[in-house]
Amino acid sequence: MTILLLDNVVKRFGGLVAVNNFSTQLQPGELCALIGPNGSGKTTIFNLISGIYEPTSGKIYFDGLDITGKRPDVIAGLGVARTFQNIRLFKGLDVLGNVLVGQHLRVHSDPFSAMFGLPNYTREERMMREKGMELLEALNLAHLAHEEPSSLPYGQQRKLEIARALATEPRLLLLDEPAAGMNRTESQELMDFILHILDTFELTIFLIEHQMRVVMSICPRIIVIDHGVIIAEGAPADIQNDQRVIEAYLGVGDYASG
Amino acid sequence: MTTIQTQEQRGERRFGLTHNRILTVASLILFIGFLIWAQNNLDPYKLRILNLCAIYAIFAVTFNLIFGFTGQLSLGHAGFAAVGAYTAALLTMSVAQKQANFFLEPLVPLLANVEWPFLPAILVGGVLAALTGLLIGWPALRLRGDYLAIATLGFSEIIRVICVNWQNVTNGSLGLKGIPGHTNLYWSWGWAIITIFVVKKLVDSSYGRALKAIRDDEIAAEALGIHLARHKILAFTLSSFFVGVGGALLANLISTIDPKVFMFFLAYQIVGITVMGGMGSLTGSVVAAVLYTVFLEVLRPIESPFSIGPINVPGIPGMRMVLFSILLLLVILFYQKGLFGGKEFSWDGLFAIGGKIRARFARASVPPATPPANLKEE
Repeated sequence: MTILLLDNVVKRFGGLVAVNNFSTQLQPGELCALIGPNGSGKTTIFNLISGIYEPTSGKIYFDGLDITGKRPDVIAGLGVARTFQNIRLFKGLDVLGNVLVGQHLRVHSDPFSAMFGLPNYTREERMMREKGMELLEALNLAHLAHEEPSSLPYGQQRKLEIARALATEPRLLLLDEPAAGMNRTESQELMDFILHILDTFELTIFLIEHQMRVVMSICPRIIVIDHGVIIAEGAPADIQNDQRVIEAYLGVGDYASG
Repeated sequence: MTTIQTQEQRGERRFGLTHNRILTVASLILFIGFLIWAQNNLDPYKLRILNLCAIYAIFAVTFNLIFGFTGQLSLGHAGFAAVGAYTAALLTMSVAQKQANFFLEPLVPLLANVEWPFLPAILVGGVLAALTGLLIGWPALRLRGDYLAIATLGFSEIIRVICVNWQNVTNGSLGLKGIPGHTNLYWSWGWAIITIFVVKKLVDSSYGRALKAIRDDEIAAEALGIHLARHKILAFTLSSFFVGVGGALLANLISTIDPKVFMFFLAYQIVGITVMGGMGSLTGSVVAAVLYTVFLEVLRPIESPFSIGPINVPGIPGMRMVLFSILLLLVILFYQKGLFGGKEFSWDGLFAIGGKIRARFARASVPPATPPANLKEE
């Protein structure tokens, strides 16, 4: 049973082929990393899975369902959540508010009960807030619930974005360079955090990373792409010694060492 | 655990009968008392200004919903107000008045023989405006920023042109005269309070958070499963419903309407009021609407001839608008967030200001040797 299946996905922007015949599968509960140099098409693949772009050709299946070309909100509703490389928090809402937006797609009450403050809505709102606080509690963000997101330190903002994505109750979580801009200790802490949520929330995680060493310790499987093409795939140890990967990262030479 | 407790305390405070809630209810009762007194004692001129305050408050609050909270710059308010105004006017006018009005071409028989009470006429006006909003919003809300502004402005002009040309319904540029003056303070402020209540409830709800998310970042909002078009149309339609209601109240207040009332200048006024009050602040919109309407009347004398010492200034019609523009410029230059800067009035906020003033007086009289202990903790 695969949870995510990409079948010969191609994305062209005019003359540029950003992603070329990309095929892969993710099993439920897997933690898989997608790495590659700048501009290799990693984020484009995420944008294709989450519906921001439509593939030029090829198919994408989530849990056996064809999601090729579906709208992002529909795909999110099916259980695919994501974070962004450049943090995209809602600055007009506090930390809890950001998480509550993530829960909005699961709201049952109609807008009319919300705008007249009917009991069914009030009850749901109270439950949403409790659930949101529980989630923040589980991620050690509860003490910041009423802060503005922009006042948070960078690492906490990253965590909040993950919390917000988790609030949509996803089965597949796409993390786009969660460790970007972090130092070695911070990114190590974040990787522990990712392992923690992988277990706690019964997720499948697909993770983009620019630096190889960050994911080496935690991801059993790594896919390396360059210029939109898979150049290597497998366990960290194999990837590390793959000549093509070293060349892609460092150029052709003999001084490569991760 | 501590944070969860505070959350529960917040919940209790919100639903229980607290200090602040008592203050709110008391001031609402006081305000209703004032309305009753004003309706019975003030002269028609002052009543008209107070009614206009409420109508502009409705316009500003609804514009804030669509722009301040949802981030969609729509300049179609004048058009929706026209739909509400014409509908309510045609439904409430007496049969004889309609016959007197439509001398070029007779009114279509469907409308010629009806004379409705005010409430259903307002509601139908609002619903028709909402339907127009839905019809316009559907295609237009795909556009962003300036393009949406231009498209909605264009639609609003189309509605006005229809009003000019649909002789056997709108009576063309002759307009409608002798609309019954049903609007009083209870109607206008009653609807203003309903509008504020509904919009406030909506923006504080999950749907409101979704609207703010769309305003802040459409891509992130959509990736979190928010159906962009549906939510924008929700805000747009609700907004146009209340604008239609405002238009209906306006028609039955000024008793004469013609297409010129609903030129895009009306939309600009609404934008101006909302910006001055503060984007995303409903109290700001209401306060700015009241200040704007009252100032416009207070400034009326400067349009008539006056003299400053030896200089004689002839009466210049439209001088008030020049001042209004200068005021708006000053707000945009020096006070960009408006009067309330996106925040709402709250009793706690008021007490905090009061406390600060008191503290300043206290410090002025007796300078404390050491800062109080509770200040240090914070």
